[in-house]
Amino acid sequence: MSAVQKIISRRKRQDFLFNIVGIACTLIGIVTLFALLGDLVIDGLARVDWEFMTSFPSRFAERAGILSSWVGTLLIMLVTASTAVPLGVAAGVYLEEYARRNWVTNIIEINIANLAGVPSIIYGLMALGLLVYQFHLGQSILAGGLTLAFLILPIVIVATREALRTIPQSIREAAYALGSTKWQVVRHHLLPYSTGGIMTGIIIALSRAVGETAPLITIGALTFIAFLPPLPVQTEAPFVSLEWVNSPFSVLPIQMFNWVSRPEREFLTNAAGAGIVLIVVTLSMNAVAILIRYRMRKNIKW
Amino acid sequence: MDDPQERETSKDMQSPNMISEIATPTLMKGIAEPKSEIETKIDIRRLNFFYGRVCALKDVSLTIPPSKVTAFIGPSGCGKSTLVRTLNRMNDVIPNTSVKGEVCIDGQNIYSPSTDVVELRRRVGMVFQKPTTFPRSIFENIAYGLRINDLAGSKTELADRIESGLKAAALWDEVKDRLKEPAQGLSGGQQQRLCIARALAIEPEIVLMDEPTSALDPIATQRIEELIVELKERYTIVIVTHNMQQASRISDMTAFFWLGELIEFDTTEKMFTKPERRMTEDYITGRFG
Repeated sequence: MSAVQKIISRRKRQDFLFNIVGIACTLIGIVTLFALLGDLVIDGLARVDWEFMTSFPSRFAERAGILSSWVGTLLIMLVTASTAVPLGVAAGVYLEEYARRNWVTNIIEINIANLAGVPSIIYGLMALGLLVYQFHLGQSILAGGLTLAFLILPIVIVATREALRTIPQSIREAAYALGSTKWQVVRHHLLPYSTGGIMTGIIIALSRAVGETAPLITIGALTFIAFLPPLPVQTEAPFVSLEWVNSPFSVLPIQMFNWVSRPEREFLTNAAGAGIVLIVVTLSMNAVAILIRYRMRKNIKW
Repeated sequence: MDDPQERETSKDMQSPNMISEIATPTLMKGIAEPKSEIETKIDIRRLNFFYGRVCALKDVSLTIPPSKVTAFIGPSGCGKSTLVRTLNRMNDVIPNTSVKGEVCIDGQNIYSPSTDVVELRRRVGMVFQKPTTFPRSIFENIAYGLRINDLAGSKTELADRIESGLKAAALWDEVKDRLKEPAQGLSGGQQQRLCIARALAIEPEIVLMDEPTSALDPIATQRIEELIVELKERYTIVIVTHNMQQASRISDMTAFFWLGELIEFDTTEKMFTKPERRMTEDYITGRFG
């Protein structure tokens, strides 16, 4: 064998070796994940039924359900989305399209990137001081939703900016050349063409917020709630009520945490059941994000 | 085609055809009466342009006549694109740029503080190097400019203006049956003509073209060149081109730039037959650049 062939066969061995290592690493990740999910399903699937979904928590494991916590999760997400999305998208559009490039915007930019990496418990502490003590929002759905909104705001801002950056400058110039104002360029072109990217970012941010426990415990979310918040619709004028935002709440991960910390084995089964519901919620949110991204990409190509 | 005599004839042959096909009452409005005696449409006076500290245009002075095609030629980086983009203040979009000097359109300095840039860009249309169709339908691409400028009062008026815009850009016959289809499904040359139609639909006075055919194949290029010659009856056209033959085929006036300076500006015929400056001759004949 000549020298060249030796070198080539050694390089091919290295290539093959990395292939094996890569497969092994991938398998470790995937197998662990599936083992966890499988374990959860085996433990809890039998517990997930209509009664489980429609019962309040109870000190008897077989009677306990997750009604108040999934309703809580849903309402918290509603508050979070309806505050974080407009704020985050507006801030992202401003920073990307309107703000002049100077040291102030550079500092803001760096800090937003940093904020996305701040541990969630810190947001909980800030919300406790600001929302609960300062603004007297109490341990309410409003306070919880705003806390998670703070948490995901940087993610929404960054996602918005990334989505806007994928739009070629030539599209902006083409719109300006027709006599568009800046706002018309944003409203008629940039936002519609980046909706896919922005929506994906929002949903991924929300699916992170769904699983958050620490900041909500910090502001004092309850773990045992045997009633639902007041209905948003009333029979008398003005028919719509925002009373529910002041209601105390629990959410799925907190309910799970509570059950896991109990000594009785039956409650562990309940926790696994709640975990399945939580994972189904998260995965379906991600699926929606992928679907939106796919559909938008199909229609727009640069 | 360099022969001016021949150019005249070809123009004359196309004129009657053009009027019968595209001159709708709405588009005729601005040109029903002959233009006044002003021989200057755009007057560029001692214009300097800077990207940060880099000077891209040095003391450029130039007068562009109405209803003619004026070509800007010169090697890459000579400032011809920058200059054409100062004429509708498109460079305002680029951060850290500054302008010194004046650009007067019909005697009004467009760099004076009182200028409404949105209104300016409505009067001075632009076609870019690459086709910049919006990811919408063919119809919506043209309707957009009409809507934001309040030029379409009713649905029929909108449809009429879109039709006349597409006819003016010689695209109507190819797309009339698929106006609702996405514009990005058109070929490159068709997309570029759609961009021209979009620019023409809002009835500008001046049309700026920044290398409009450099991304197109020869056949599409030829169609656009024919179109430009037709359009100069009604619009003042400024075109940037890298293609010497193109400048000689379609333009009436030619300006040659080198390193941000205007070297020579004269009728195309003179520029291509006996230019004053040696540099111009060398560039045009391909000896440098």
